[in-house]
Amino acid sequence: MNDPFIIAGKTFKSRFLLGTGKFRNKKELADSIASSETEIVTVALRRIDLDRHEDNVLEYVPKHVTLLTNTSGARNAQEAVRLARLAKASGCGHWVKIEVINDSKYLLPDNGETVKATEILAAEGFVVLPYISPDLYTARALVKAGAATVMPLGSLIGSNQGLRTKGLIRVLIDEIDVPIIVDAGIGAPSQAAEAMEMGVDAVLANTAVATAANPAQLAKAFALAVAAGRSAYLSGLPAQCPTASASSPLTGFLYDNPQ
Amino acid sequence: MITLNKIQQILDDTRRESIEEMAREAARITRQQFGRAIGLYTPLYLSNYCSSHCTYCGFHSHNKIERIKLAPEQYRMEMGHIQAQGIRNILMLTGESYKHTPLSYLKEAAHIAGEYFQGIALEVHPMQTDEYKELFAAGVDGIAVYQETYDRKRYAQAHLSGYKKDYDFRRDTPQRAAAAGMRQISMGILLGLSEHVAEDLLALYNHVREMEQSHPGVEYALSFPRLRTVKSQEFARCDIDDAAFTKILALTRVLFPRVGINLSTREDPRLRDHLLEIAITRMSAGSNTAVGGYTLLKEENQDPQFDIKDDRSVAQIAALLREKNFDPVFTDWRRIENSL
Repeated sequence: MNDPFIIAGKTFKSRFLLGTGKFRNKKELADSIASSETEIVTVALRRIDLDRHEDNVLEYVPKHVTLLTNTSGARNAQEAVRLARLAKASGCGHWVKIEVINDSKYLLPDNGETVKATEILAAEGFVVLPYISPDLYTARALVKAGAATVMPLGSLIGSNQGLRTKGLIRVLIDEIDVPIIVDAGIGAPSQAAEAMEMGVDAVLANTAVATAANPAQLAKAFALAVAAGRSAYLSGLPAQCPTASASSPLTGFLYDNPQ
Repeated sequence: MITLNKIQQILDDTRRESIEEMAREAARITRQQFGRAIGLYTPLYLSNYCSSHCTYCGFHSHNKIERIKLAPEQYRMEMGHIQAQGIRNILMLTGESYKHTPLSYLKEAAHIAGEYFQGIALEVHPMQTDEYKELFAAGVDGIAVYQETYDRKRYAQAHLSGYKKDYDFRRDTPQRAAAAGMRQISMGILLGLSEHVAEDLLALYNHVREMEQSHPGVEYALSFPRLRTVKSQEFARCDIDDAAFTKILALTRVLFPRVGINLSTREDPRLRDHLLEIAITRMSAGSNTAVGGYTLLKEENQDPQFDIKDDRSVAQIAALLREKNFDPVFTDWRRIENSL
C-alpha cells in the first residue's frame, strides 16, 4: 500500500513517533527505537550533554532516525526560540518541536506563545512541529505561520488518559491541511489505534513506553497499533451505530406496493 | 486541600500497613510523573561568613570558626573539579552575609559558573526582586530558600539576630524570586526545629499552593532536611524518625505530584536509597559542605555547616542509581540568555 507520511517534504514509512524522556536507561530507549522502527524521535535539548559520551542521549538515536529536538523548559516564545537556535547551533538539526509550557503543575502548552515562536522559527527555516492544546484558531494561525504539522494533545501529558480531546482533534483533522500528530496522554496502543482510525496522521508516545515493564515490547505494540489504525482509516472504516438497523426504516414506504 | 487534622492523623498513624500504602501511592505517582530519572547536582560552598545567628547552624555569626570566602580563582578550581565529575547543575551556597557576599560577588560567581555548568542555583541570603532580576540576567535559574519553620514563636527563638530574624521578609522570598523570572524555586522546612510538625507541614503546603497559583510556570521543589547535631549541640524539639520522615515525603508526593523532592547528603545512604523508590526526584552527589572543601582545604581543618552522612562520589552515586535501575540525570537545563 502506497501511503507515504510526509512532513516538510520528507517521507516516512512509520507514523509512530517516540519521546525519549523517563526511560530507566539509555539501552531501553535504544531497544524501543529499534523494535518500533520509529523514524522520528523527540529529545529535549535540556537533556542533551554533548560532552558526556555515555550519557549523551544522541548516541542512542540511530543516524537514519530524524531527530526532533524539543524546547522543553521554555516558558515563553522567546525562550523557545533561543533553545531552538541553540539546538541547531549544537548540531541537532533544524527539526524542532515547540513546547512552551508555563504551568509546572498541569504542563499544558501555551498556545499563544507557541504561535509566536512558530512564526519566528519557521521564517528562519526551521521545520516546526508545534505542540498545542487542540484549538482550531491556534491551528489555523500555526499553519499560517509556517508550521509543518500540528501536534494536539490527547490528554494531560504523562497521564495515560487517552483521547480525551477527541472531538476537538476531529475538527483539526477536518479543517487543517498539514499533518495532525496526536502527542501526549496516549497511554495504550488501543488509544493510539483509536486516534489513527479517526484520521490523525501520526501518534507520538513516551511515558507509557518508558515506564512499561518492557519498553521495547510496548513500543513495538504501539507501532503496530498505529499501523493498524491507519490501515483501518484508509479502508473507509464504517461508522459505529448504536442500534441494529434495518436497511430503510424511514423511507421504505416509498417502495411498498400499495394495495 | 488537606486539613491539619488529616496531617496529624497521618503522622499519628504508625501502623506498618498505612505507611506502606501511602508509600505505594507516592511511588506510583513519582514513576508516572518522573519515570526513573533522578536529577543530580552538587553543592558548592563559596563562603561561610554569616551575619545571622541561627541557633542550629554551624555557620552562625557567634560561632568562633574560621571564616573563609573563596576568591574567583579559588572557586574556579572547585567548579572545575565538580564539572570534571560530570555534574552540570550547581547549587552555590553562602552564609547569609550581605556584607561579605554582596550581590556583586554572587553575580560574578554566577557569570563564572556559566562557563562550567548549565543549571545554576543559589542558596544565599534573601534579596529584593530587582536583585534577583540581576542574578537571573547573570545566569542564575534557581533559588533555594527555606523558611526552616512556619511556627513564628519557634522561628523567633531559633533566629536570634541578623537579617534572618525577619520572618515575613523570608517568607515572601519565593514570591520575589519568581517575580524576577527564576525557573526553579526550592522551599522547605527544617524538620525537628518545631515540635508542631503537622502545622509546619500545612503551612508549607499552603505556601507552595500560593506560589503555584501566583507563578504557575516555576518548577517548585521541596526539601525536608532533618535537624542534626552540630558539634554535639542539640537543638531539635522533636525527633522525626525514619518512619515519620518517609510518611512526610510520601504525603508530599501524593499532594504535589509534579513537585520535585530533594534529598540531601545529610541522610544516610541506606535510607536515601529506599526513599528514591518512593518520592525523591533530585539528590546531591559528591557533596562537601566545607568552603573550599573539594580542592582547596582539608576538611578536617574546617567546621562544615552540617555533618555529612553520605560521602559517596558522583561516580559512585551514578553507578548505584544505574544498578537500581534509575537513570542519573546530569543535565537538565540548557543555559540560554535570561531576560524577562
